[in-house]
Amino acid sequence: MRASSFRHLLPSAVSALMFTLILAVAAPQAFAADEAAPLVTDPQLEERVMDLSHKLRCLVCQNQSIAESNAPLALDLRNQVREQLAAGKSEEAVVDYLVARYGDFVLYLPPFKGTTLLLWLGPALLLVAGAGWLGWRLRRRAEEVRSAPHLTRDERARARALLDGTSPGTSPSSEEPRS
Amino acid sequence: MKAKFLVPLALFLVLAGFLGYGLQLNPREVPSPLVDKPAPEFRLATLAAPDTALGAADMRGEVWLLNVWASWCVSCREEHPVLMELARDKVVPLVGLNYKDTRPEAIAWLEAHGDPYTTSVVDADGRVGIDYGVYGVPETFLIDRQGVIRYKHIGPVTREAVRDVLLPKIAELARAS
Repeated sequence: MRASSFRHLLPSAVSALMFTLILAVAAPQAFAADEAAPLVTDPQLEERVMDLSHKLRCLVCQNQSIAESNAPLALDLRNQVREQLAAGKSEEAVVDYLVARYGDFVLYLPPFKGTTLLLWLGPALLLVAGAGWLGWRLRRRAEEVRSAPHLTRDERARARALLDGTSPGTSPSSEEPRS
Repeated sequence: MKAKFLVPLALFLVLAGFLGYGLQLNPREVPSPLVDKPAPEFRLATLAAPDTALGAADMRGEVWLLNVWASWCVSCREEHPVLMELARDKVVPLVGLNYKDTRPEAIAWLEAHGDPYTTSVVDADGRVGIDYGVYGVPETFLIDRQGVIRYKHIGPVTREAVRDVLLPKIAELARAS
């Protein structure tokens, strides 16, 4: 009873296997025609768009560039950049277009001007100030060492004795009993 | 000599002062370069009647508000009652810029919540929004008789903002001819 039902199942299992095999062999050809179309028609333009987009800040997610962000505004701005570059505008013109609307905030590289003087020159100022302070400290330290009281020959000998742990017996303080 | 020990403390206080001030600032508020510049021109179909258009030039000679809104915008609900009050008091014409929205949804939203706008225009692809430097809805622009943007409010308009900023500025602009 059981064997007969198995025998009954066998042909259908075989045909299912055959079908799978045929599908596996035929599938690559069947889908080859549907290969994804390239997303960009002009790779050179796209490279310029992405280069520029990496230098522009997204205003929605402020720590991402408009190249990285998936915010709808970033997408719109990327499209603007692409459209304007494709229309033959220069990189500078596109940047000016965005700065006119969103301010210097869109630039990851802030321009050098009155309000950004401290930003640009601050690190150099700190370096100069730090180096100046260090030089002044070193000069003062050298002076302190030079003007420190000099030891006499006796004092030197006593210091050596104290360091060595021997008792030269030249000074009263060294006559303490040793345990 | 003793004063030397106060140097780190003084440095700390200065740093704390800067950081404390920084905490008071809103990093989402990016000052607009468009303030005191002519409002960018546009000509868009109105929400109520797709075959009629409205532009910034049509508002020349009036002090008016341009409010960027959308039915998908959550904070717009927050400012909506304030805008309704402004409309009820007929302070200034309030033009809505319906930003990246669909017409049926926008109309349904106004029907559900009430329409404070003198007119709403449709900026479906957000191009006019980019011209106005819009990066977050809602945003509100105060524009003077000569068509110059005088103030930009970012985020939902609050009653405090209306009382302390918008109304005094509107009064000032209305006096200046």
